[in-house]
Amino acid sequence: MLDLRELYQEVILDHNKNPRNAYQMLDANCQAEGFNPLCGDQLTLYLQIKDNRIEKVSFTGSGCAISTASASLMTEYLAGKTLIEAEQLFNDFHNLVMLDSATKEEETLKKQLGKLSVLAGVREFPARVKCATLAWHTLKAALAHEQHPISTE
Amino acid sequence: MSLILPIRKDFPILNQTIAGKPLVYLDNAATTQKPQCVIDAMTHYYQFDNANVHRGIHTLSERATKAYEAARSKVQKFINAAHGHEIVFVRGTTEAINLVAQSYGRSQFKAGDEIILSQMEHHSNIVPWQMLCEQTGATLRIIPMNQQGELIFDEFTHLLNEKTRLVAITHISNALGTINPLEKFIETAHQHNVPVLIDGAQAVGHLPIDVQALNCDFYVFSGHKMYAPTGIGILYGKEQWLEKMPPYQGGGEMISKVSFEKTTYNVLPYKFEAGTPHIEGVIGLGAAIDYLQTLGLASIYAYEHELLNYATEKLSSIPGLRIIGQATHKSAIVSFVLDNIHAHDVGTILDHSGIAIRSGHHCAMPVMTYFNLPATARASFAFYNTKEEIDVLIQGIDEVKEVLGTC
Repeated sequence: MLDLRELYQEVILDHNKNPRNAYQMLDANCQAEGFNPLCGDQLTLYLQIKDNRIEKVSFTGSGCAISTASASLMTEYLAGKTLIEAEQLFNDFHNLVMLDSATKEEETLKKQLGKLSVLAGVREFPARVKCATLAWHTLKAALAHEQHPISTE
Repeated sequence: MSLILPIRKDFPILNQTIAGKPLVYLDNAATTQKPQCVIDAMTHYYQFDNANVHRGIHTLSERATKAYEAARSKVQKFINAAHGHEIVFVRGTTEAINLVAQSYGRSQFKAGDEIILSQMEHHSNIVPWQMLCEQTGATLRIIPMNQQGELIFDEFTHLLNEKTRLVAITHISNALGTINPLEKFIETAHQHNVPVLIDGAQAVGHLPIDVQALNCDFYVFSGHKMYAPTGIGILYGKEQWLEKMPPYQGGGEMISKVSFEKTTYNVLPYKFEAGTPHIEGVIGLGAAIDYLQTLGLASIYAYEHELLNYATEKLSSIPGLRIIGQATHKSAIVSFVLDNIHAHDVGTILDHSGIAIRSGHHCAMPVMTYFNLPATARASFAFYNTKEEIDVLIQGIDEVKEVLGTC
């Protein structure tokens, strides 16, 4: 039986109630919008990038507990990361939530992702994977200087 | 209540557990479950009668054709259409609307013409008209609604003018449950010689439908929302309009004579039924109508209304819960939001208690925009639901608050 607490862990509930870096960044030099047409979640991601490093990151938007917590956790992790490191984080996170089942790889990924790995629980709730990845897809779009809003569909 | 309880055994799917709890299926506005008699009718067709319709002279083809056409008569009687050939089998409500837009609209409308829709339409009664507008240069005019989720009739009368070519509105809002007072909209449109299309997807199977009494020009609905299979739906159109309209798709069945120089189209309704149709779907639809008629649409409406009142009362008593859509006349659909909790989280946590509801924008984004909401949770009822299931929903919502720590 799937445990709801695997999905709604304390860290997630905390970041949902008190999202970190949830503000509109007026001096951002890179931003992108993400949208999940399935549930109507939308998110704007703001980045300040200098010398290939993310100096500041924030987000605004409306979404479910999973997407809000995921965005909040992501912003905590991204600050100070180089663009290459950010890209690697995207890949690792994507792999973690898309894994079929617990594998040896999972342990490695969890170690690399630290607190972000609390979102691994969405794997058991296929309808919710997109909630967890919305912020990350938006990050990818921002880094690719996407002009159009991205969609998880 | 007890009158309705034995009906549950007609729906084998209801007798199962989800996440270890009895299934409470409250997503009937998305699709309804199928009674055993509908499943049996389709199985019987494949076991004994399967053949193509209107073709062969062999026994199986005759049987299949007979069953197929018998279902058409059932639909005709069910919605009280004047003629059997006013009933066109399509894939569903969406295809029926696209058919009217592309056949009637595209052949009749020109730049500057206006089509009136309402603010509470499902995307399937918006997008086909937008596509038509792109093709013809026609424009959309929108009937606004009020905070209760009721269309503002006075605004509608102001939108009607000499450029109006069609009014397309829903009978019941899938997102709000509002039952629109169609008669006065239709009568007023007709005073301006404007035909009216009604999206009946949420109405058929929940209340009696009489297209002649309504006097609508088109009435469209889906089988799967009225206890019949997916992939089958109905376009009802008054003969005078259907006769005027060019075919929607070309192919077999819709022709009477073909040469490379010229094709003569078949008569109604076959002109609009190109290709081998969804025969088992049509047969299943016929069986669903038989079933609904044994229960009686008036009794179904009365019972579902009782469920609506009970659910509304119980949900309203939950602190932090707000019902979206408070029209005076409502179908058994209750959309709601919880303070500081997203509908998607509500859906996941309720599923954990075996309760199936819908969460999201319900393919009615303009409704969400009007209420300034990203999404709502929606419980929608059928005659096989019970008050006890509503109690389970209420307990489930308490659990949602507990899990998310917003108690």
